[in-house]
Amino acid sequence: MSATGEGRGDGGPVLEVRDLHVSFSGRQGLGAGLLGRSATTARAVDGVDLEVARGEIVALAGESGCGKTTLARAIMGLVKPASGEIRYAGRPLRHRDLREFRRKVQMVFQDPTGALNPRQTIYESVAEGLRIHKVSGEEDVLVSKALADAGLRPPERFFLLYPHEVSGGQRQRVVIAGALALEPEMIVADEPVSNLDASVRGEILALLLKLRDRFGLSLLIVTHDLGLAWTVADRVAVMYLGRIVEVGPAEDVLTRPLHPYTKALLQVLPEAGGDLSGRSILLGEPPDPTRIPPGCRFHPRCPEVQSGRAAELGMEERNRTEVPLLREIRPAHFVACHLA
Amino acid sequence: MAGLIILGFFLIVALAAPLLADSRGLSPVGATGGVLDPPSLDYPMGTDDLGRSVLTLTIWGSRISLMVGFFATALSMVIGAVIGIAAGYYGGWRETAMMRFTDWFLVIPFLPLAIVLASILGRSLFNIILVIGITSWPGTARLVRAQTLSVKERPYVERARALGAGDWHLITRHILPNVFPLIFANTILVVAIAILSETTLSFLGLGDPLRISWGTILEFAFNGGAASRGAWWWLLPPGVAIVLVVLAFTMCGYALDEILNPRLRRR
Repeated sequence: MSATGEGRGDGGPVLEVRDLHVSFSGRQGLGAGLLGRSATTARAVDGVDLEVARGEIVALAGESGCGKTTLARAIMGLVKPASGEIRYAGRPLRHRDLREFRRKVQMVFQDPTGALNPRQTIYESVAEGLRIHKVSGEEDVLVSKALADAGLRPPERFFLLYPHEVSGGQRQRVVIAGALALEPEMIVADEPVSNLDASVRGEILALLLKLRDRFGLSLLIVTHDLGLAWTVADRVAVMYLGRIVEVGPAEDVLTRPLHPYTKALLQVLPEAGGDLSGRSILLGEPPDPTRIPPGCRFHPRCPEVQSGRAAELGMEERNRTEVPLLREIRPAHFVACHLA
Repeated sequence: MAGLIILGFFLIVALAAPLLADSRGLSPVGATGGVLDPPSLDYPMGTDDLGRSVLTLTIWGSRISLMVGFFATALSMVIGAVIGIAAGYYGGWRETAMMRFTDWFLVIPFLPLAIVLASILGRSLFNIILVIGITSWPGTARLVRAQTLSVKERPYVERARALGAGDWHLITRHILPNVFPLIFANTILVVAIAILSETTLSFLGLGDPLRISWGTILEFAFNGGAASRGAWWWLLPPGVAIVLVVLAFTMCGYALDEILNPRLRRR
């Protein structure tokens, strides 16, 4: 079962995630261990399938704590998955390939201020990847080019500055330059603009789009902002409590959402022209990855269940017992909902 | 500031010892003064029971005391930093093993351990540095481990990891530079402790018998009955020198701590 999308990509997928699970176990105290209590386990990513094609921009959207950042970190090998597979260019990623993988796939972080070592100059931060991978060529030429590609011109002016001496938007450009220096095929961006001023958000997003067009980069953008997804993405994947509940072409998912969760998210988005009078605010407990509800994990908060529509369709029982799988309802548009 | 001035003064005295006092004055054979002469123009701090100038002894003693202080601290810092960074960085069972080892060193009372080690290893300058070095690192290790735990979670470490950096790169380029200020501030406080330890061990007769340190002078004075014979000039100069140097190091250490520790900055 896969969620293949056409997107704007050509050729096969660059990155494939297959049934990925990541869990975190709470610290088990000695006392609890002796009493035979098991540690609480949070299933942050709970069976995710995702593909990113060459030159495609995929937005991974969801609310805080849904596991989207954990998924991004697992893709980069920064957290160890409990099970599942990550395939890069058709080949499963093994531990010893990780170094080479991290040259081809780069990450851009949410907080550019934290992502740059305050004791390193911008030159050193951008050159870091080149040094790690012992890239041949004139280092300062490559650093210059990366800075210029990231929109920092003239690049030489930034060489000896420290991160605190430039603006937040410029810092994010430095992080992007550090990624570009290695000429990656794909960038995983974790909330790349959420820590930036509204005025520079557009510039950074425009930069990411330009990089895709110029270098044919694939992008996986993790965001909580569906509006952002709408602006830049070819495909959108919506994540809820560790699983992807809906995935498809951005336009289709955002204008004609199929999953009640996506609908609820879109209705609180002012740009989406949400009808404020009839909007469904999500009720019930906030999601807790240590206690994932059985069956459809969204059913305790699902407006369709609360309104009684699910019962009318005779789906109440199924919602509580059977995990819905992604089904292709419209071309390339998949949804994991019994009611769709 | 006052700390730096006092420290600077003693450093200059130690470095310029050959210019300030004739080293022949250290040998009982070369002694020129009378027995236990009180301070006079010729002997501004009097003489000891062998007729040596206490001023000369104190000036030359500063060299050994400071040297032992610095080298023992350097040794302690290296051990503490390596164990602290390794434990904090790698985590897991390695951390547990290293930290229990550290705790073990931490709970052994310093003096008995130092005495045992010093008597096993024998009385020499190198051994006394070794003894102080290997008994004073656990505090540093714990401090460095705590800081490493904090630094390794910072996003720039994760960025470097995502760029493909290995452990060595992360430790030398990111962890160490950001832990170093703390190690440095701690070093200065440890120097003071190391100098005091050297004095203690020398006073107990475990120091190098052939070299004069402030502790050795105090030992001679004590054994020579300086207190009962009213020879205050024999005890006071090395004693005051120790107090001043330790005070100066402590003041510098706290000042640095205040500069480097952001949580103390706005007080």
